[in-house]
Amino acid sequence: MTNAHLPKGWEMVIGLEVHAQLQTQSKLFGRASTAFGAPANSQVDPVSLGLPGALPVLNREALRLAAIAGFATNCQVHSQSVFERKNYFYADLPKGYQISQFHRPICTDGLLKVRVDGHDIEVGIHQIHMEEDAGKSTHTNQGSLVDLNRAGIALIEIVSEPDLRTPEQAVAYLKELRAILLYTKVSNGSLEQGSFRCDANVSVRKVGVTELGTRCEIKNLNSFRAIRDAIVAEANRQIRRLKQQEPITQQTRLWNADKGRTEAMRGKEQAHDYRYVPDPDLPVVVIDSQRLEQWKADLPELPAQRRARYMEQLSLDEHTAWFLCEEPDRARRFETMLGSEQSARRAKSIGSFLSVRLAGAINRAARQWHQIDLVLVELAEVHDQWRDGLLSNKMLTDLLHDALSVEDDIESALANARAKVGLIEQDLDALRDVIDQLIEANPKQASAYRAGKEQLFGFFMGQVMKALKGKANAKDASAALRQALQSSD
Amino acid sequence: MSTIEHQTLIAVAEDVNQGRSSALEIAEQHLERIERIDSKINAFVDVDRDQTLHSARAVDNAIAKGQRNLPLAGVPISIKDLIAVQNRPLRAGSKILGDYRPAHDATVVSKLKAAGAVIIGKVSLDEFAMGSTNESASSGPVRNPWSLDSVPGGSSGGSAAAVSAKMGLASLGTDTGGSVRLPAAFCGAVGVKPTYGRVSRSGVVAYASSLDQVGPITLNVRDAARLLSAIAGPCDHDSTSVDQPIDDWALACEQRIESMRFGVVVDWLERLQPSVADAVNQAAQALCDAGAQRVDITLEHDHLAVPAYYVIAMSEASTNLARYDGVRYGRRAQLEAGASLDQLYARSRAEGFGPEVRRRIILGTWALSSGYYDAYYDRACRVRRLVRDELTAALSHVDVLLGPTAPRTAWKIGDTQMDPLTTYQMDIFTTAANLAGLPAMSLPWGRDDQGLPIGVQLHAGPWREANLFQWGTALEAAAPSLEALPKSARDLREINCD
Repeated sequence: MTNAHLPKGWEMVIGLEVHAQLQTQSKLFGRASTAFGAPANSQVDPVSLGLPGALPVLNREALRLAAIAGFATNCQVHSQSVFERKNYFYADLPKGYQISQFHRPICTDGLLKVRVDGHDIEVGIHQIHMEEDAGKSTHTNQGSLVDLNRAGIALIEIVSEPDLRTPEQAVAYLKELRAILLYTKVSNGSLEQGSFRCDANVSVRKVGVTELGTRCEIKNLNSFRAIRDAIVAEANRQIRRLKQQEPITQQTRLWNADKGRTEAMRGKEQAHDYRYVPDPDLPVVVIDSQRLEQWKADLPELPAQRRARYMEQLSLDEHTAWFLCEEPDRARRFETMLGSEQSARRAKSIGSFLSVRLAGAINRAARQWHQIDLVLVELAEVHDQWRDGLLSNKMLTDLLHDALSVEDDIESALANARAKVGLIEQDLDALRDVIDQLIEANPKQASAYRAGKEQLFGFFMGQVMKALKGKANAKDASAALRQALQSSD
Repeated sequence: MSTIEHQTLIAVAEDVNQGRSSALEIAEQHLERIERIDSKINAFVDVDRDQTLHSARAVDNAIAKGQRNLPLAGVPISIKDLIAVQNRPLRAGSKILGDYRPAHDATVVSKLKAAGAVIIGKVSLDEFAMGSTNESASSGPVRNPWSLDSVPGGSSGGSAAAVSAKMGLASLGTDTGGSVRLPAAFCGAVGVKPTYGRVSRSGVVAYASSLDQVGPITLNVRDAARLLSAIAGPCDHDSTSVDQPIDDWALACEQRIESMRFGVVVDWLERLQPSVADAVNQAAQALCDAGAQRVDITLEHDHLAVPAYYVIAMSEASTNLARYDGVRYGRRAQLEAGASLDQLYARSRAEGFGPEVRRRIILGTWALSSGYYDAYYDRACRVRRLVRDELTAALSHVDVLLGPTAPRTAWKIGDTQMDPLTTYQMDIFTTAANLAGLPAMSLPWGRDDQGLPIGVQLHAGPWREANLFQWGTALEAAAPSLEALPKSARDLREINCD
């Protein structure tokens, strides 16, 4: 496979480890809340503080979510799995060990189909295991601060096989995985809140070689862009070394986005012997097969299935289907607006209304998507009016701007905006008067048009819209203008 | 109200329930005794007179309001300082916990309180329950009430010494490899290690989580049955606790053993102090005299129990004790400016832990290390399964196994012969029950020629504590009275304790 990011004749091999925070009310083994953004160290309990005598008790909801993640990625979900202790000392690790799964994780041997550049690739899922998060350290000149709100929060780590060959594939895989976690409500998938984090294992080799090269693990990747850039930078670093006959050392490296390069962590941080040992406080996790079957049967429609449905039943093009299905909320809004009038033509139009018109308006007004959830049906009406020419593009832009920029509740804000902008009056006589006046005022252009310079039609159309302050039904205006130009002599 | 000498837990609870005694008087009586004699024994590390009297009054008030069925009404009980009591210092016999005070009672302590018991104080132990002598406590050695220059056994040495000297009528200890049974044997008390999972470990400082169980130390078998009934049962905060039916253990104490079978592991009778061997043989004869049938048993893997036990216990300890790092609570080393986090850990832990705890952490860390795990920890776990399967199989043919609790009686405090390896061998008869998760009991069978108590031990199958109580009362009925032994020993005890 050719790779635009690398010198000719080289390829990269990428495996990804994703940490996704499970959407549970309380922590994996303790009763403290998991809500994001609380004051430091306010969401702790004896277990997450590592107090003497505090014992972990497994959150059953976390177990269910981990199993669902496994089913959604075609894994084998095991009825028995084992929690182990991963031992190391750090100030934000209260017990001196992290409870994780190692030898017997809950899910193994999965497969994810990912679409990249019009092709499907298959990415193996090596395993999904459950573990608790560590706390958060902040280092200052005065010393280090530790916040244990995050300590003990339930995570799954999804480990891919080294099946990815380009950064584009890596990002596509991550987006697909994130969409799956959102659809199944396993995780909120927020990169900003750190509830979807990725480490990348990268190695390089000459095209045609089948053995894997020595890999480096890259950490500190907090956006899709960082993932893409870091993978490219690391692969090129390795190739430079190999070309100079220097060996690659297996190590953990950090992405430095400012300098655009990966940097080795200090040697000491590399040298961990985690002394994994089954956690004697937690019995083997057993899920009865009936419950597993039930969870599997309860899987919701997954993004790939929904995309296929949109493309088959609604004849949406692949790009629009992808956009709408990337987040379940987006697809839900689309379906609500679509309502029962599900022609392919309307579906496509609503798709673009959402992805272009609404997305732009929401961005400009710095609002959140969920704020329009109360008026989706009304917005579908607005769409239909726009489609039917009762609203011009400009009127639509003004309407959405007005509706979103006032602090009122969105229902009355939208109603007011619609009343203020109004609809294009279908007064054809008035329209013809305006057109006639314009032709009279621009005789040179009119005769040039008639002489065959058809691009001048756009000039007249612009003048018409300007004269009507944008409140023209473009379809009618265009028809009337064409007629008037041809007949005026 | 009876004199302390003649009190039993059950009798006191009945008296208080019936209003014949008040919990307050009983508490005052025991507090007074602690004040008078504990300076010689050093069992208690924390006594809060006001809080104790307050709890006793609360029990009296409940009874005045018509409460009649508190199984431990007004019973003064001491708690090994490995077990959390709300707002009281929890030190685990170590310096590293500093002035840490838990915000909650351990489950066993809240169960005791609900049953009407009065917590009379926290008692000493080997640091983090690691030891057989109670010499490694940061508060100094505890003395055996039967001979003040002898050790009380460990690690629940403070518990056994307190009960034996009648400072409180019972104590809760913890047993990881014999830590309830050995001190009970050395101090002439009854100690029970329940089936693993029978009693909640929540709020109990972990030494080796897969082996630790809380158990009662009392002056007689019936009291132990009453106390264990009060603390047993599943717990929402401990995933390893198990919801198994709890038999009527008081009833079990009254059932006869006639024509039932007990086993004697013949290997367990070798290399014993002669008086201990005599005691076990006499106990076996007494059971036969009561109509029971003796079955001799040999165990192939039993000799592997001690090494497997120490590898597993130290390995688990090395990770359980990682949380004591001076960062969030407990004692933090004073460091010069600019010291690293690693220096903070190293200094806090080196200063906070004593030598035996450090030794076990280091050995356990090593046993779990990459390259050694398979040869040590994993192999020990496989040996553990062999020991468990063999012992459980033996116990499917007999009701109980009878044997010694320890190969000898208590030795002198500071005995230089007792280096760590020799001391570890004192656990030779106790660790198998922990490895196998089985219930076991030590109970007194007379004293040796030095006047030191001898313990005999019963093992039963999983969840069959009832067998221990049934056979234990039979043995107790036949055992030579501790009080009836030579006058010299009795005088010693009276001089030292009264």
